[in-house]
Amino acid sequence: MSTLTEDIRMADRPEGLEGQGFFATKLQTVVGLARKNSIWPLPFATSCCGIEFMATMGAHYDLARFGSERLSFSPRQADLLMVMGTIAKKMGPVLRQVYEQMAEPRWVLSVGACASSGGIFDTYSVLQGIDRIIPVDVYVPGCPPRPEQIIDGVIKIQRLVETESLRRRDSPEYKAMLNTYGIE
Amino acid sequence: MEVTDLEKIVSVLKEKYEEDILYAEMLYDFPTVSLKKEKIVEIIQYLRDNSETKFEFLTTLCGIHYPELNQIAVMYQLHNMMTGKRVRLKTYLPIELPTVTSLTSVFPGANWMERETYDFFGVIFEGHPNLKRILNVDEMIIFPLRKEYPLEDQVREDKNDAMFGR
Repeated sequence: MSTLTEDIRMADRPEGLEGQGFFATKLQTVVGLARKNSIWPLPFATSCCGIEFMATMGAHYDLARFGSERLSFSPRQADLLMVMGTIAKKMGPVLRQVYEQMAEPRWVLSVGACASSGGIFDTYSVLQGIDRIIPVDVYVPGCPPRPEQIIDGVIKIQRLVETESLRRRDSPEYKAMLNTYGIE
Repeated sequence: MEVTDLEKIVSVLKEKYEEDILYAEMLYDFPTVSLKKEKIVEIIQYLRDNSETKFEFLTTLCGIHYPELNQIAVMYQLHNMMTGKRVRLKTYLPIELPTVTSLTSVFPGANWMERETYDFFGVIFEGHPNLKRILNVDEMIIFPLRKEYPLEDQVREDKNDAMFGR
């Protein structure tokens, strides 16, 4: 008989030293494991990619299976900024402010052609890719991408989250990278 | 013979503003009257209040750039909701100094439309209460719908001839 507990897939135990009554591993691995499976995304949806995101969050694809059950509609509590859709130049400062309001560590997923490069909107009023104003961790191609592709992007973000050094955000390289975007 | 809509509008206009009419024609089944710019607001008010025309609704207002004439036209489209009749009025301004009186005193709804026309064509509406950009970023230094400015953003690197055959 199959029980419910057998259907639930637990996160794999990280590499470590094991003995009777104890298990030792690196703090970074444990933190990475915890963070990876509890990412709170902030959806910044402006157009059709946002509709695909709704399907991604819906019962059929269900991003909750990847630990992102809880969407954060406040940037203060969000870990992952998901930018989905065309960003007009006038929207640029708004997006930037949202990014600046997020607490570290923070990641950015650029979903779709428009957010990644401006897409078909090669025009004076549209920002030609959000990476002109904020740093992006993962790009998802597509116009719009299917939910599978968005999930693939989230899994790639999870890999970054899992393997990121705990000291990366304090490093001078990281600060220098932010400074190239004019973010303190 | 029955009087056409265009003839009726022109006859109403001729009662007071004959010398302001440049020409009147049917364009795409639409009565269109081109007028001198000096009395345009007065004329629109007259067409609004005149009992024969009663164009009481300003459907839209926009700019048109004619690069070959070095002119910017401002087009007003009026609607009589009772009879369903419409008219289009055009006035031409020199591109060096495109100024025209603001219509906000007659139709308060012209406020945003005139801001939009200023934003995209640089038409200066004298007497407008708040003439500043409305849709584009405030830092923009061009009037993007004037034809000398390229439509495309010039920063794209992924569009090369190999990919697009241009």
